[in-house]
Amino acid sequence: MEIIVCIKQVPGTNSVEVDEKTGVLKRENVASKINPYDLYALETALALKEEFGAKVTALTMGPPQSKTVLEEAIWMGVDDAVILTDRQFAGADVLATAYTLAQGIKKLGNPSLIICGKQTTDGDTAQVGAELAEVLDIPHVNNVISVRELTDKKIVVDADMETQIERQEIHFPCLFSVDKGVNIPRLPSYKRKKEYKAFTITSYTLADFEDRNLEKYGLKGSPTQVERIFAPEKSADSEMWEGSAIELSERLYKQLKQEKFI
Amino acid sequence: MLNIIQDKINSEVAKELVTLCPFKAIEYSSDKLSITAACKMCKLCVKHGSGAIEFVEEGKKSIDKSLYNGITVFIDQTDGVIHPVSLELLGEAKKLAPKANQKVYAVVIGEDLEESIEKLQHFGIDKIFVYTHKALKNFKVDSYTKCFQDFIEKVKPNTILFGATNVGRSLAPRVAARVKTGLTADCTKLDMKANSDLVQIRPAFGGNIMAQIITTYTRPQLCTARYKVFDLAEYVEEKSGEVVQCTVTDEMVQSKITIQKIEKKQSETSISDAEVVIALGRGVAKKEDIEFFEKLASQIGAQLACTRPMMEKGWMDNKRQIGLSGRTVKPKLMICCGISGSVQFVSGMSSAEKIIAINTDKDAAIFNVAHIGIVGDMYEIVPKLIANIEGGKRV
Repeated sequence: MEIIVCIKQVPGTNSVEVDEKTGVLKRENVASKINPYDLYALETALALKEEFGAKVTALTMGPPQSKTVLEEAIWMGVDDAVILTDRQFAGADVLATAYTLAQGIKKLGNPSLIICGKQTTDGDTAQVGAELAEVLDIPHVNNVISVRELTDKKIVVDADMETQIERQEIHFPCLFSVDKGVNIPRLPSYKRKKEYKAFTITSYTLADFEDRNLEKYGLKGSPTQVERIFAPEKSADSEMWEGSAIELSERLYKQLKQEKFI
Repeated sequence: MLNIIQDKINSEVAKELVTLCPFKAIEYSSDKLSITAACKMCKLCVKHGSGAIEFVEEGKKSIDKSLYNGITVFIDQTDGVIHPVSLELLGEAKKLAPKANQKVYAVVIGEDLEESIEKLQHFGIDKIFVYTHKALKNFKVDSYTKCFQDFIEKVKPNTILFGATNVGRSLAPRVAARVKTGLTADCTKLDMKANSDLVQIRPAFGGNIMAQIITTYTRPQLCTARYKVFDLAEYVEEKSGEVVQCTVTDEMVQSKITIQKIEKKQSETSISDAEVVIALGRGVAKKEDIEFFEKLASQIGAQLACTRPMMEKGWMDNKRQIGLSGRTVKPKLMICCGISGSVQFVSGMSSAEKIIAINTDKDAAIFNVAHIGIVGDMYEIVPKLIANIEGGKRV
């Protein structure tokens, strides 16, 4: 069985800001990291590999430097790593991202299972997994909290639907996304790091894809457009209190009392 | 597409552009400037650069927008109980509709929907489209997508709004990809232009930035919004709204997913329902300190909540996390302690009626949304407040 795990590199912190006067984006020099949600997806795949036997491939899309998240995935235990990188992919929204990933997955053969994290911490849309499944024309389940059963034809999972837990049976090929906290992701192994010094990461560009129609990728393939960016608005009626801790705590006490919270 | 006019590039201009790009997507080597795959198309280099990079508008096929009408709300219901986010979206749809001469529609899918329909008729909707079949009783993403595909093909709606529930977040992307249109997640503000373009505002680029997003070349325009972001639609005593029963074919209810069993979860107190919330952020020095905030919480009947870093450290449960990757709250009072106020956090709490923030850093972003900003050390202020409340009780 082949499993693909989709992962993404995200900024280390949310330190991007807009300069209010100039409208310029300011991004501090912060390290990037693997999207924390993806660690649960990787762990899910690696646990399935250990129990049932499978080949696990980590797939990412992004600039060449996002290869580092693939290295981390390799040290955690995935068998293969693939990056989709091309300037033509720049500015992709959810639909164009899903389409690009789908083209990459087609290059990789016919995986039985694709596992995604719930969302990323930079885009925060939680939509790419479901759109990817639709582009690939396979079923998907979101919010998976545990895998109950796996045979060569199907998988049974528990999904958290807010007010209820549903046990769903889905035939392969399919995609599911896992919630945060469903397992404890393993740490990258130092041994594997030493062993896998010479690993290769496969890199695909648009030229490698079956569909090379530029209108499907990047900004051009994105039905949504960012019209403008701006700093979050300030609250209109705000007051600032400064003073000693005693003054401040008494003032706060009076305020809460006056508004009947005490 | 961004086009570099190499003639205008010299080492000085290049250096300026390289530093300007917040995504490090501009590189300069051997006298040549290039844009890498890290480009996010923020177009800052076009706006603020020296004219050396230009944006070339790519001819996209425009559609006849007048052929599409109706701001549609997906009614998220389980066993006849409508999720309140759907009623909030109806309220928003009714505000947007007159701006571009649009009708307001609702789509409801399931089994035994009479009660839901009866309820929906009290919100001044123009038409209620109903897909009912016993196989649609429980949410199945493939069958529900086919219902929406049918609805879009027949009705040609301008906009579809989904609540960002687990159902909405599964269904909306599926529908968007099926009809190849845009979908914007977790909008915090909506508006509509006279040309019927939906103005969607949400945090973006993983930073303290808001983005205004439009889907101008395709229809329908899809977006999701969280529970407790918009105001509930007004209840109208007089019933209205034409009920349109839509045909459900056998093909539409065929599903690749089998639901083996459903277990109702026990209802738990959620921070989303709390009237008073005390939220803790990175200013909390150690896990044990949470206890004394618990004391304040019990004194004023508040629920404790937290920011993402607090949850990631494992100090607090993820059910208590507020923000884009957590929950949205709309309490009467919100006290933020030691929280810097990232846009992701703020988008989960900015509709709170009263926000009080305590932070040692007077420039913290949380003060931008706070009604009362207290510049000081919470470790000094909160114990005194607790003592004041205790003392006050004795009197």
